[in-house]
Amino acid sequence: MTRIALAVLGALLVVLPFFAGDFYVNLASQILIAAIFALSLNLLVGFGGMTSLGHASFLGVAAYISALMTTRYGMGHGPAALVSIAGTTLMAALFGVIALRATGLGFLMITLALSQVLWGLAYRMSDVTNGDNGIPGLTRPMPFGIPLDSAAAFYWFALLVAVFAFIMMAIFVSSSFGSTLKGVRDQPRRMAALGFNPWMIRWITFIYAGFWGGVSGLLYVYYNKYIHPTSLSTTSSAEALLGVIAGGSGTLGGPVVGATLVLLLKNYASAYIDRWNMLLGAVFLFIVLVMPTGIVPGVNKLVAGLRGRTR
Amino acid sequence: MTPLASDHALEIVNLHKAFGGLSVTHNISLAIRRGERRLIIGPNGAGKTTLFNQITGDMRPNSGQIKLFGTDVTRFTPYKRAHFGLSRTYQIITLFAGDTLEHNVTLGLLGLRPERWQMWRPLSYYGDLATEARRTLDQVGLLHLAEHPVSDIAYGEKRRVELAMALAQKPRVLLLDEPLAGLSNTERSTVKSLIASIPRQTAVVMIEHDMDTALDLAETVTLLNYGRVIVDGERDAVISDERTREVYLGT
Repeated sequence: MTRIALAVLGALLVVLPFFAGDFYVNLASQILIAAIFALSLNLLVGFGGMTSLGHASFLGVAAYISALMTTRYGMGHGPAALVSIAGTTLMAALFGVIALRATGLGFLMITLALSQVLWGLAYRMSDVTNGDNGIPGLTRPMPFGIPLDSAAAFYWFALLVAVFAFIMMAIFVSSSFGSTLKGVRDQPRRMAALGFNPWMIRWITFIYAGFWGGVSGLLYVYYNKYIHPTSLSTTSSAEALLGVIAGGSGTLGGPVVGATLVLLLKNYASAYIDRWNMLLGAVFLFIVLVMPTGIVPGVNKLVAGLRGRTR
Repeated sequence: MTPLASDHALEIVNLHKAFGGLSVTHNISLAIRRGERRLIIGPNGAGKTTLFNQITGDMRPNSGQIKLFGTDVTRFTPYKRAHFGLSRTYQIITLFAGDTLEHNVTLGLLGLRPERWQMWRPLSYYGDLATEARRTLDQVGLLHLAEHPVSDIAYGEKRRVELAMALAQKPRVLLLDEPLAGLSNTERSTVKSLIASIPRQTAVVMIEHDMDTALDLAETVTLLNYGRVIVDGERDAVISDERTREVYLGT
């Protein structure tokens, strides 16, 4: 049953540009990017028990590096992407060393502070980042000579990357190492007594999450062809965190559903209500009250309950 | 990794730990031979669990030394000590409640194996780990519950899972923190014979209040009170000692 449903969903995703207009195709691209970002954050929040409020650092820095490399230093998109991802991953390694001195609330505050520093830099270092004006006039890459300028072409590109990212993160959390990550989330002291190095497990996960955050940042800057300091803001981190929690942290589908919800609300509701954030807040409150573990686990429970009743 | 530098499995030298002005471990020195069965007794607040926490590295002593097989491990992290052959159970049950018994014991096995860093193969790929985990569960009489989540099983069974996780690691020094606490009489005798069957390569240090059961398992006994060693030695000598009667066995 689920296999057929997944196959249908997959086929629908592939053929979407044939029946949907550009507006919807673009919206779908944005959702894919947000989904990769939320999935990477979920590695920390859901599977590692490390609630970060600064994950936008990785998205923003990857985007800024790519933008700067292609405009300022005249690099091609290929090498710029490599530099961007390598730089972001390196930064994640460094940030991890700082943030993982603490757990829980301390960890959250450090990640928040670090991302605020970057956001401040992006605003103030205007000779590099162009400050509040952002960096406009960027281009999209042409992988294997295929231009990504049309909505459909970019969507397929994003879909390919998103599917790959999803599989890679799914493998990571289902692996032997993934089991130890969940163990460290639930019982860090016990895990240490059993011979696991909790710090190293968290650090590796932090770097891996930073890497995929960077990948989503690259797609983000390719899609928008523009980058502004808001991409590094706390709002950007918080939105993703809301998506993860609403969708169901610690599940693979949850962040995808959550990111979709946030983006749909943002795009649809903002057409009718100026303060769409208020609506997002209300929806979030509703979800937390009705399904405290998030949409995906909540629906699963509901379906299991219904099945039990019909039997 | 079998250093023969010392006859002692575990050696504690002048271990001191204070919280503010209160010294919870007051210059404790202990030596436990390879394969020895040691019982640590003392009234509540005597510093027994604090002593364990320092041996495992969860807590740093203010001064003094802890040696495992002659190696000074005082500054080692807890996980590094585990790789030196140290294993423990907890007084307050510390299991992975949502996971199956098999998974819990498998984690115990995984902790000492290089496969714990494997990032693309699932745990289920390693059939030998599962087999070994099931063998250990069988040893503690819980094989029939292997597929059940820990949250589904009874308290006495959880105590045995605690033990299974530690035993799976084949430790050279095993610390048992009140393994009999809260068990029924039947469960007590089950766990007792389990502890009695621990192979002789393993030195067992046990904190236990249930003297009737625990004394049968012990060769040597240490009595702690207010963070100090009051009496220490062969079982019978310690029991018949007047100070033991005074501090612990009461009137």
